[in-house]
Amino acid sequence: MSDSATHHEDGHKSLIIENKKLLMWLFLGSDCMFFGTLISTHLIYRKIYPQEFEPTSLFSLELTSFSTFILLMSSFLMALAVSAMHKGQLKSFRRNTVGVIFFGLIFLGCQVYEFTEFAHLGLTLESGTFGSTFYLMTGTHGVHVAIGVFWLICMLFYSYTGKMDAHESAVDVEVAGLYWHFVDIVWIIIFTVVYLIEFIGKT
Amino acid sequence: MSTVTETHEPSTHSKEPHVLKPERSNLGLMRPDHSKSVIIDWLTTVDHKKIGIMYGAIALFFLLVGGLEALIIRTQLAFPENDLISAQRYNQLFTMHGTTMIFLAIMPLNAAFFNFLVPLQIGARDVAFPRINSFSLWAFVAGALVINFGWVLQALEVMGLFSASGPTAGMNDFVPSMGWFGYAPITGKEFTGAGTDFWIMGLQILGVASLSAAMNFVVTIINMRAPGMKMMRMPVFTWMTLVVSLLIVFAFPAITIALAQLMFDRVFGTSFFVTAGGGQPILWQHLFWIFGHPEVYILVLPAMGIVSEVLPTFSKKPLFGYAIVVFSGAVIGFLGFAVWSHHMFTTGLGKVATAAFSLLTMAIAVPTGVKIFNWVGTLWGGRVRFSAPMIFALGFVWMFMMGGFSGIMHSSAPADAQQQDSYFVIAHFHYVAIGGIFLAVVSGIYFWLPKILGKMWKGNLSIWVAVFSTIGLNVTFFPMHFLGLLGMPRRTHTYLEGFGWETYNLVCTIGSYILAFGIFLLVVDIIRCFRSGEPAGDDPWDARTLEWATTSPPQVYNFGRTPIIPARDALWEHKHGPENRRIQYEEDDGHGIHMPSQSWMPMIASLGFVPLGLGLSLMQAGVAFMGYVAIFGLFMIALGVALWAIEGPGGYHLHPEEAK
Repeated sequence: MSDSATHHEDGHKSLIIENKKLLMWLFLGSDCMFFGTLISTHLIYRKIYPQEFEPTSLFSLELTSFSTFILLMSSFLMALAVSAMHKGQLKSFRRNTVGVIFFGLIFLGCQVYEFTEFAHLGLTLESGTFGSTFYLMTGTHGVHVAIGVFWLICMLFYSYTGKMDAHESAVDVEVAGLYWHFVDIVWIIIFTVVYLIEFIGKT
Repeated sequence: MSTVTETHEPSTHSKEPHVLKPERSNLGLMRPDHSKSVIIDWLTTVDHKKIGIMYGAIALFFLLVGGLEALIIRTQLAFPENDLISAQRYNQLFTMHGTTMIFLAIMPLNAAFFNFLVPLQIGARDVAFPRINSFSLWAFVAGALVINFGWVLQALEVMGLFSASGPTAGMNDFVPSMGWFGYAPITGKEFTGAGTDFWIMGLQILGVASLSAAMNFVVTIINMRAPGMKMMRMPVFTWMTLVVSLLIVFAFPAITIALAQLMFDRVFGTSFFVTAGGGQPILWQHLFWIFGHPEVYILVLPAMGIVSEVLPTFSKKPLFGYAIVVFSGAVIGFLGFAVWSHHMFTTGLGKVATAAFSLLTMAIAVPTGVKIFNWVGTLWGGRVRFSAPMIFALGFVWMFMMGGFSGIMHSSAPADAQQQDSYFVIAHFHYVAIGGIFLAVVSGIYFWLPKILGKMWKGNLSIWVAVFSTIGLNVTFFPMHFLGLLGMPRRTHTYLEGFGWETYNLVCTIGSYILAFGIFLLVVDIIRCFRSGEPAGDDPWDARTLEWATTSPPQVYNFGRTPIIPARDALWEHKHGPENRRIQYEEDDGHGIHMPSQSWMPMIASLGFVPLGLGLSLMQAGVAFMGYVAIFGLFMIALGVALWAIEGPGGYHLHPEEAK
């Protein structure tokens, strides 16, 4: 955010990386442990109770592949938005950010559809360890995406106030971008070890 | 170095920095006017020194609360078949004693030192994110309120002002009573009531506070160092702060997720730890101790940092083996993640796992021993001054070592099988916690109080604090080794005659009152210093590190001009070293000193955790409308964060007259 503070920021920085960016990296390191705990809980229970639930009867590989692809592409647009902001191209930034938000919402929609469908077919929070771990893990990821979408919507509105400048706001957008890419990477891992692995030798 | 001058804009600037009128924020609202009232000034402050003092004051309060709980426990155990309190009350007391001491006393005491000292020690004006710092403080307060809310209900019930009926009929068991590590399945909703929910939500909120503070400190230490303050020139206390902050960043997520899973079990009927649904209670133990063992080092490493500052100062020698002390601290932090299962030797991990964790636990004694030798080496040949900070630091080295010895005994899995859940374990970790951490923190209090308050504590009361607390802790906890070996299990409400436990228990109880008297004297001494201490002077100890180069108490801007650090132990070299090792100061650029503006928003955001936490807890207990309270809390947090983002950091400029 740009105002008097940024113009007179305390000069001495020991490293080149900005404070906000370093803070986000630390948060992502911490977040790795959050998802690490969730994913390992899921995998451990999956290993202990291989017969409890047959996920391939439920998972739709086509739908989840589609939403994974959408999320990947949103990361691509996010990278374009960050690059545009660095060059000070506000219009291009807005265009790409709208794209990211739109793709993020598609992903969330797919997840909501998936959850309703699964619950309909009998996988609920109460139905044993698979339901517990699956919903808490993917739900936490969904909350991350939702927060990211909300954050980007705020930034989009902010870009219309005329207070964004290429120097300071570029860092803010980059920090949001770091977050978005991380959430994307986590989904790639979840998609692999929770969805894809189940289909080995099954199709 | 003085306050604001009138050299630049004589008409607008007056003498005191606090008389500066607040400006409008980006919201169009006025920022808090800190000149109007002291209370507003402290509530909205973003100054790391004031935040540190508030952390310290609240932590001392909870130290007394936790101490009172311990005294009731010890009084109950003084005689066999004593019925001072009921078994249920006893369970509540030891649960809240552990939780309070760890999360509400020691961690915030450490945070108090981090806040006050780290920016001063690295030559910074403030932490990297002053408003996040304020957020961390108030989130800690919110968590403390939620976790202790059960006591309020319990007190109201005892007074007859509240009973679980009508809309609150589902509530029972207001105070957490399942032990501070909350093992599954006793935390299941069929075994424990609302207390467990307060505990879950309270710890979750405290986790938010710790994580945000820890990330802030890592950024501060890595990015905000003054020119010349290379990593290997940093004071050891700052190094330990960095290690501890990284431990918090990577260890707290495990318990956050474990608590979330537990909450889902209780509220939404999942089966993470519920055996009926296939859940494995042992998963909780693993997740808890993956957090819990690093937590032990989160508690003790700052104490080691404090002692590493005090011993060189009062020996008039540099710290022996600075580099190896720093690396040992880092190794302890790293290995701390690899020893969690030594808390679980008796759960049947299997031979390989038990042997591996046993070995790693023995390995972690090596860097700890290295530190002890380095502290002793620091004393060797030094000109030792037996002032209060030094006495407590020496007490730390000795007592902590005793706790360490019984720790090494636990690392042997067969021996641990004997000691598990006995009073031997109680003796071990209280030697580490009181003999180690508490004595080091008191050493730090006596060492830095002249800097914090600008006043010197007086007289010899501090000696008596040392005498009573050291004798007290030994009389209390040394017999517990024997009690444990005689087979007395921990967490027993009472015991029968004839096991040979009576004398030891009575001695322990007497010791606990001696210790309590020592702590009482400490509080008296701090209050005396605050009320009637003599001016301390900037550098009363002929000390070594940068915080003593400021005034006592430091100005709001810490350093008028940014210091350029020539060497490790910068101030010592400046005073006694060769000519080329003087501390230089950066040229004044004429802009003045940029200060961050105060803000209400961090406090509004973090206090939103209170309705959120209480709402979710009481919702689980079936109280009506509590879901709406929780949503209100969530809304309050979102509102606070949003306004925080929009208002902008602001800032104003000070013009110190004769910047040092």
